[in-house]
Amino acid sequence: MKVSYYPGCSLHATAREYDESVRTVSHALAIELKEVDDWSCCGASSAHMTNHKLSVALPARNIMAAEKDGMDIMVPCAACFNRFKMAQHHLKKDKALKAEVEEIIGDIYQDSVAVRNPIDIIYNDIGIYGLEEKVTKKLEGLKPVSYYGCLLLRPPEVCQFENYENPYMLDAMMTSLGAESRNWSCKTDCCGGSLTLGKTEIVIHLVNRLMRMAREAGANCLVTACPVCMANLDMRPSEELRLPVFYFTELIALAMGLEGPEKWFKMHNADPLPLLQSLKLL
Amino acid sequence: MGTFLEEVNERIDGVPIQNCYHCRKCTAGCPVAFAMEYNPNRIIKMIQMGMRDRVLNSSTIWLCASCETCVTRCPNDVDIARMMDVLREMAIESNVDVKEKNILKFHEAFLSNVKMGGRINEPMMIANYKLKSGDYFSDIGLGMSMFMKGKLSLFSPRTSDIKSVRKIFKETKA
Repeated sequence: MKVSYYPGCSLHATAREYDESVRTVSHALAIELKEVDDWSCCGASSAHMTNHKLSVALPARNIMAAEKDGMDIMVPCAACFNRFKMAQHHLKKDKALKAEVEEIIGDIYQDSVAVRNPIDIIYNDIGIYGLEEKVTKKLEGLKPVSYYGCLLLRPPEVCQFENYENPYMLDAMMTSLGAESRNWSCKTDCCGGSLTLGKTEIVIHLVNRLMRMAREAGANCLVTACPVCMANLDMRPSEELRLPVFYFTELIALAMGLEGPEKWFKMHNADPLPLLQSLKLL
Repeated sequence: MGTFLEEVNERIDGVPIQNCYHCRKCTAGCPVAFAMEYNPNRIIKMIQMGMRDRVLNSSTIWLCASCETCVTRCPNDVDIARMMDVLREMAIESNVDVKEKNILKFHEAFLSNVKMGGRINEPMMIANYKLKSGDYFSDIGLGMSMFMKGKLSLFSPRTSDIKSVRKIFKETKA
């Protein structure tokens, strides 16, 4: 299958491992990626928190560019995914805003392509069994809790993702890779997001709680799909509470025996190598 | 020029916030309510009572992390997160003495960086934020370590058609 690909700003910088692992896994699963032409920032949190029109126009510019290629857009970053979905939602609902945005950008918004997250693409288009078949190294001994965060699932009518209070796609994926998915009640509890610089103490409070709950659930690591959540979980918890955190595509690549995991793990702040080496996974 | 309540409802352009019957599910599910000056549902009541200054000067509107838990759980479909966005916009427009200055400075640093290159250059953006906020030294260790791991490149690709991005900023008055 072939899709348009919108990496977003983080995947070229602090979430580099996510970009590389998504590309590596997509290639191995025969998903061809075509990067959106001359893309620009989606505006993330800062746009919608200060200027509504800006927060719709910035993603719209990219969606309109992608519409030229006529394919669905894969958006790995949860924030970008959410802002793209929100832009589509507002452009559909508010005709006056749509006309204004089209005038500013100088193009027509056709509402012709779907915005999709790689979790959804892999789970629904490749399937759990399709994934399981490709596993060459079962991730035995790895006990992840799946951390979905906020923006992939909420608001439900905008994201149309899946069971938004108790999602299961990542959990199921981890199980298919041979890991022991640990169940917990914090799958969609906020990590503090963009408050990480402006109000760091709140993020520390929230991620410490997540780490405590992960440990209580019997987990030895966490798996996520959001660059901001990853940054917060990887860098902000207290020394004695922290656990290694992975992007789900890093673990898929590891289980499929693909090249790259060792390089990506070295980029993490909380070193996952001791855990993986003790489980003979590396 | 209507009441504060009318103005907020007009900007939200959705379910009127006075539909709230204070079941407090929003406050109960809010991950940052513990740090807020006024709870989310209390803000709704304050808007109904026309307490414009207290609301726009509160820390609440800036601490909202837009996790959308409130929106998801409200039995009356009040868009509380959008309300917070609207209140932030109104606070900026009214030039109030913002309660959580660093949070607004972060947004300003972020957006000016996007305006400049079309895509965020994270080290430049963070440096800009540090200068604006005067918070020079926290995270310095983290910063160094990320730089050494190749995660913070000083030179990153920009959007070629930067004019189109800047036009968006200009015409949406950002």
